[in-house]
Amino acid sequence: MKGITKRFQNVVANDKVDFSVKSGEVHALLGENGAGKTTLMNILYGLYQADEGDIFVRGEKVLIKSPRDAIKIGIGMVHQHFKLVGSNTVVENIALCLQTDESKTPLKLLKVFRNPLPSVEQRIKELSQRYGLKVDPKAKIWQLSVGEQQRVEIIKALFKGVDVLILDEPTSVLTPAESEQLFKTLQTMTSEGHSVVFITHKLEEAEKISDMVTVLRNGKVVASIETSKTDKRTLARLMVGREILFRLEKAQVAHGEPVLEVKGLKALNDQGLLALKGVSLTVHSSEILGIVGVAGNGQKELAEVITGLRKATEGEIRILGENVTNRSANVVTQLGAAYIPEERIRVGVVQGMSVSDNMVLKSYRSSSFANGFWLKKNYIEEYSKGLVSEYNIVTPSPQAPVTLLSGGNIQRLILAREISGNPKLIIASHPTYGLDVGATEQIRRLLLEQRKNGAAVLLISEDLEEVLSLSDRIIVMFNGAFIGEMPAEKANVDEIGLLMAGVKS
Amino acid sequence: MLSSVLSVGLALVAAALIFLSFNVDPVEAYRRIFIGSFGSWYGFSETIVKAIPLMLCAVGLSVAFKARLWNIGAEGQLLMGAIGASWVALTFPDAPAYVVLPSMFGLGFVFGAVWGLVPGALAAKFGTQVAIVSLMMNYVAGRVLEYLVYGPWKGPGEWGFPYTTKFSASAQLPRLAGTRIHYPTLLLGLLLALAFFFVIKRSKFGFEVRVTGENPDVAKYAGMSYFKIALMTMLISGGLAGLAGVGEVAGIQLRLRTGISPGYGYTAIIVAWLSQLNPLLVVPGSLLFGGLLVGGDAIQMIGLPFAAVDMFNGLILLFMVGGEVLTQYKIKVKF
Repeated sequence: MKGITKRFQNVVANDKVDFSVKSGEVHALLGENGAGKTTLMNILYGLYQADEGDIFVRGEKVLIKSPRDAIKIGIGMVHQHFKLVGSNTVVENIALCLQTDESKTPLKLLKVFRNPLPSVEQRIKELSQRYGLKVDPKAKIWQLSVGEQQRVEIIKALFKGVDVLILDEPTSVLTPAESEQLFKTLQTMTSEGHSVVFITHKLEEAEKISDMVTVLRNGKVVASIETSKTDKRTLARLMVGREILFRLEKAQVAHGEPVLEVKGLKALNDQGLLALKGVSLTVHSSEILGIVGVAGNGQKELAEVITGLRKATEGEIRILGENVTNRSANVVTQLGAAYIPEERIRVGVVQGMSVSDNMVLKSYRSSSFANGFWLKKNYIEEYSKGLVSEYNIVTPSPQAPVTLLSGGNIQRLILAREISGNPKLIIASHPTYGLDVGATEQIRRLLLEQRKNGAAVLLISEDLEEVLSLSDRIIVMFNGAFIGEMPAEKANVDEIGLLMAGVKS
Repeated sequence: MLSSVLSVGLALVAAALIFLSFNVDPVEAYRRIFIGSFGSWYGFSETIVKAIPLMLCAVGLSVAFKARLWNIGAEGQLLMGAIGASWVALTFPDAPAYVVLPSMFGLGFVFGAVWGLVPGALAAKFGTQVAIVSLMMNYVAGRVLEYLVYGPWKGPGEWGFPYTTKFSASAQLPRLAGTRIHYPTLLLGLLLALAFFFVIKRSKFGFEVRVTGENPDVAKYAGMSYFKIALMTMLISGGLAGLAGVGEVAGIQLRLRTGISPGYGYTAIIVAWLSQLNPLLVVPGSLLFGGLLVGGDAIQMIGLPFAAVDMFNGLILLFMVGGEVLTQYKIKVKF
């Protein structure tokens, strides 16, 4: 792939990316969330078309307009979300990809009526034996574990005869034992001349199984090196980047009483696996506690359990001394906790409703916005107008639906809503993720201002530079646990980078 | 608004083609439908009679649909409302009208609401589909009604017909002179349409309904209880359909019998969509469909089956729902 550029509206997802895979190698594509890894591979697989740049296969320029084209030239992809029919068997799912025979002679058309399942089953057995992909061909998909379903996807790709297999964060859904098994399969595949592109943000995986590693940051290739010639420390630095964008004035403020206390908290993720393995923390008023870690190490679950959106299986959460463990999101909000969610477009705003409706999304019950049964519409409009100008939200009008707002303005809206009530506690997940420089700076300033006003802030971010410049204290999270804690003054990027990768120095 | 007008227009064109295949002049057919339903005071009064139950059901359905609870059970909820009202009328034949009529509306509402609550509660608690459960409960309601009128409630003086005895005069709704318009139910329908227009737009409950319908994840994030909203909207939806059933037995049939509804609960689904889930627009919407039902009689005279009306209703819904899907796409011309 040469000079690939892809833009989504104003965001450049891939910026003149060069990427090449040799036959028989495992090539890790490393980068933080949003670095553009999946976009690049979706272009290779024909799901997106690049705005600029060309793709060459064995030296020949090819045009890949759809996954069908990609499969034809031997490129297969296993997505994070599998594309299988749950109520059908493994054999039936794989037989679905048989219809690639496009020559339409009458004799071949007759073949449509032949039952292909026995021959497909035979072939599945061969493949699963050869590559160590254990799976029962007669089982229904819904009966299989996530790991087994992934094996079915890989068999499907092999069945289609792919030379290059792209795996998008394959281990994120696997148990450690299943991951080991997957790595063995990949070794067998490469020894037979197949190539594998392995998308990941986990350093140790990249180091362990890849021959080459390409690091993407903000849509650009920052390095493409042989894995044996580098180490985790270098990769961590490349992935996270170390240049500091801005220096923010952080006023000296004495910390006050503890606002949020978490003790021995455990919780499960959506797959039912233990995502929080007994973590404890305390945030005081006028303090910003930064939690860094590579995404998927339990940060999302931590934020959700504290804000009442996910059940804790063990442990205790107190806000201002009151036990709020497993209480509803409403109770947590009433106690003065604000939450800036990670997936702001999906859970932070109602897209089809107006800016002013979204402004009172959490406070519509309070007596300032409603008397008894009815909402005070006029007052809500006026209140929103005030916030729109105070927080520089660019919108046609307060009545305009949120769909018309840009990402940065949606984030300003959420901040305006969450911060305007002078919260005692702010839980901010990736608050500047995907925002431009101006919006990022404004949002960071707002968080510091709240700290000065006495709020306790729990800042969860993958952006090391952000955490370093804002926090008073930093905790590094890895694999559902806290593996390092330090005051911000004593923090060191290299050391944190290693801790994020799970390496204790 | 445009999509509603367009859907009706496309349905008119499509139905015209089918009329042609019956060798019926579509212009003549539409003229007859219009004259039959809106062309005379008698026709118009019958249109209003049919619009009353449609209005009550469709107002309730717009509330449920707004929260994305696909209540297909208005028909059964209507029948249950009729059963509740009939029980009051048959049990207290001697009570005065000012006691018995409000009690009939009250119990009719409760019966319909319970019939709506069941699919709502199952959905909120166990994640079942409201559409499927509420649809199945229509058949249960139909059988319950049949059991009653063929069995324990069968009137002794009704020559073996599946009818209850006629309600006493105090359990009959007053009608507008010379018509079958039972105006108390009509006023109730208009009032509720107006009330729910404001409830959806300007109340805390309406706000919760809108947020839940737009995005249940955000509703949860904002601390709203999905369980509460599912129960409340289904209670309102079922209850209003129940009121429609009360109007039919107390205002039109004057007894409980089979066949009290020619599918009002189903047609109301189309009315609600055509009115863009806006309770105020439900009023003209139900008049339009009431007119179609009345006009259906007129086209039988020129050699078309009554089912042509059902076909027309179906076409409108098809174009509405189909159009909804198509609005998600952009037309791109490639050379």
